[in-house]
Amino acid sequence: MASDLWSLYELMYKSRTFEEAVRQIWKDGKISGEMHLGLGEEAIMAGIVSQLKEGDAMALEHRGTSPMLMRGVDPYSLLREFMGQADGLCGGLGGHMHLFAPEKLIASSGIVGAAGPAAAGFALAAQMLRPGTVSLAFFGEGATSAGMLLESMNLAVVWNLPVVFICKDNQWAITTPADTAVGGNLLKRAEAFGLFAVEVDGLDVQAVSSAAKTALEHARDGKGPVFIWAHCIHLEGHFLGDGLLDMFRRPIYSLRKRMWPMIKGFIRRGGAPWNERIASLRQILRQVFAVQNQTDRANDPLVRARQTLSIKDNQRLTAIESAIQCEIQRIVTAALAPEGSSV
Amino acid sequence: MRRMGFSEAVDDALSQAMADDPRILLLGEDVQGLHGSLFVRFGRQRVRNTPISEAAFLGAAVTAAMAGLRPVAEIMLVDFIAVAVDALLNHAAKLETFSGSRWNAPLVVRTACGGGYGDGGQHEQSLWGWLAHIPGLSVVIPSTPADAGGLMLACLEWGSPVVFMEHKLISSAWLDFLGSGGRSTVTYDVPRDGTRGPVPTTWDPLPIGKAALRRSGSDLTIATLGVGVHRALEAATHLEAQGISAGVLDLRTVSPLDKGTLYEELSHTGRLIVVDEDYEGFGLSGELAAVALEAGIAIKYARVCTQTTIPYARDLEDEVLPNVKRIVEASRRLME
Repeated sequence: MASDLWSLYELMYKSRTFEEAVRQIWKDGKISGEMHLGLGEEAIMAGIVSQLKEGDAMALEHRGTSPMLMRGVDPYSLLREFMGQADGLCGGLGGHMHLFAPEKLIASSGIVGAAGPAAAGFALAAQMLRPGTVSLAFFGEGATSAGMLLESMNLAVVWNLPVVFICKDNQWAITTPADTAVGGNLLKRAEAFGLFAVEVDGLDVQAVSSAAKTALEHARDGKGPVFIWAHCIHLEGHFLGDGLLDMFRRPIYSLRKRMWPMIKGFIRRGGAPWNERIASLRQILRQVFAVQNQTDRANDPLVRARQTLSIKDNQRLTAIESAIQCEIQRIVTAALAPEGSSV
Repeated sequence: MRRMGFSEAVDDALSQAMADDPRILLLGEDVQGLHGSLFVRFGRQRVRNTPISEAAFLGAAVTAAMAGLRPVAEIMLVDFIAVAVDALLNHAAKLETFSGSRWNAPLVVRTACGGGYGDGGQHEQSLWGWLAHIPGLSVVIPSTPADAGGLMLACLEWGSPVVFMEHKLISSAWLDFLGSGGRSTVTYDVPRDGTRGPVPTTWDPLPIGKAALRRSGSDLTIATLGVGVHRALEAATHLEAQGISAGVLDLRTVSPLDKGTLYEELSHTGRLIVVDEDYEGFGLSGELAAVALEAGIAIKYARVCTQTTIPYARDLEDEVLPNVKRIVEASRRLME
């Protein structure tokens, strides 16, 4: 697959457009339960997934829509899966956290850290059955605290497995900031395990693409596992309806729902001294403001790529975008039709 | 009497206990945000966010309890306990025996469980039978806000490891967090009586291992817990209209099991229906039949449980989880 900025942007824009449609369908109540989107991760996904070859495997976590789409999984079947329909990717039985595509060797899990051992097993099969192929593990920085992920990094090193571990670090595990949960430095940690480790700006698709090229070659050539530490944002927070973002976006609603119980707790007799209570309240408010950096347009990987392309050839850019919009609209219309209809 | 939501009642009872006993602390993923009222009252020393390291913090909670603290370790969803179950199976539950009864781990594991809101089979399991299978571990599943608060207090005083489970479908806090996400465009089949109810002004502990008869009946006994209690009560109303008198026994704790109350009800009705949202095979539903037979009580028996992995699709999910229709049908068959 080509990896020039135009084709990378196409992948990113398609993923963005599709996930924005999913967001609306979720808001309309046609998707139940949680919904974790990859809005803000597109540069990481496009930069890496675009370089996969036949036989390469992917172990995904709860945020699997974007890599699935970029690997060529049919968007209609994804959407119908999210809607719990029989013609969805997994017959409507899995849902968005449990997406599986056996013919493309893609497996997902909603258990944090599970992508590590899953990718190690795919890599073992690659090493023994399909030399020259690799497997990817995608996870957030929160998962780097999970034992099974760290164990699989060690396993990959001692067995020299062709795994590329990709940490998409947005600095938040739901409401927990990374600086209170992740000790040390992740790059040094990976290096200490014996992995070849690189750090990259995950908002810059060309930087990711270049880092991924080196990383995948390393793993393909049998030189051992790789760790990519890619920094990114999540435009919708942890999941749709994210509480911290909600407190900023809907302050009146949140005051009643979230702040009032806290105020009642704050004033009750017995408990911590006032200075500690105030510190807790301040921490919550600080987090509400801090999480807003996730939604800053200046950090949006699509905005960044678009700026470069629009200077090069704005006409071509808008033509690409409108073609993708039409394609996604057609898929959404078909998926929302009463009985669905294949496209 | 006050009125409270389910998880609000748990937090309120926990709050009362934390004010009385400085050894109690709450730790787990995102607990500072999920239990904000506790965080702003007791501060960051006693309400601790953890990394996503269940094996580490649950294991640490066991020895913290052994060394004098009274930890409440929250495993966000019981499904996630799988990565940390060693701490309970091989350590907390074994300690009393291994130490010749000289040491114990007074640890409370607080965890949300259950399905019915379309979150898929990795986030909606019950697993109480799986946990209660382990000797040395107690498992508590309340079905009303008043029971939830009172049993949380009892767990804190229990003196050995206990798992306290909150069913998400009757916890508006959990249901909003995971099911609706602030939307008003989705609805789930929520049993209204469980979600909000009267609670005492000051909490007192309720007995662990004591079932509650929610409804008397002379034809058959429905033994159940959690959301199942509310499904069974609704089914009993339908059955009454069909001339069948069904009693509903809320077990409240799986382990220790209140065999005495169960035997007493069965000796009157001679018919047992177990409504168990946990998996059907090798679990609570079979256990209830076994203990009745062991006690020499001749019964007719049926069960309405979850037989398969819980499907994501809402319509299929509602069929797989025990529902009123299945309970009514099983009851009618048992009466034939």
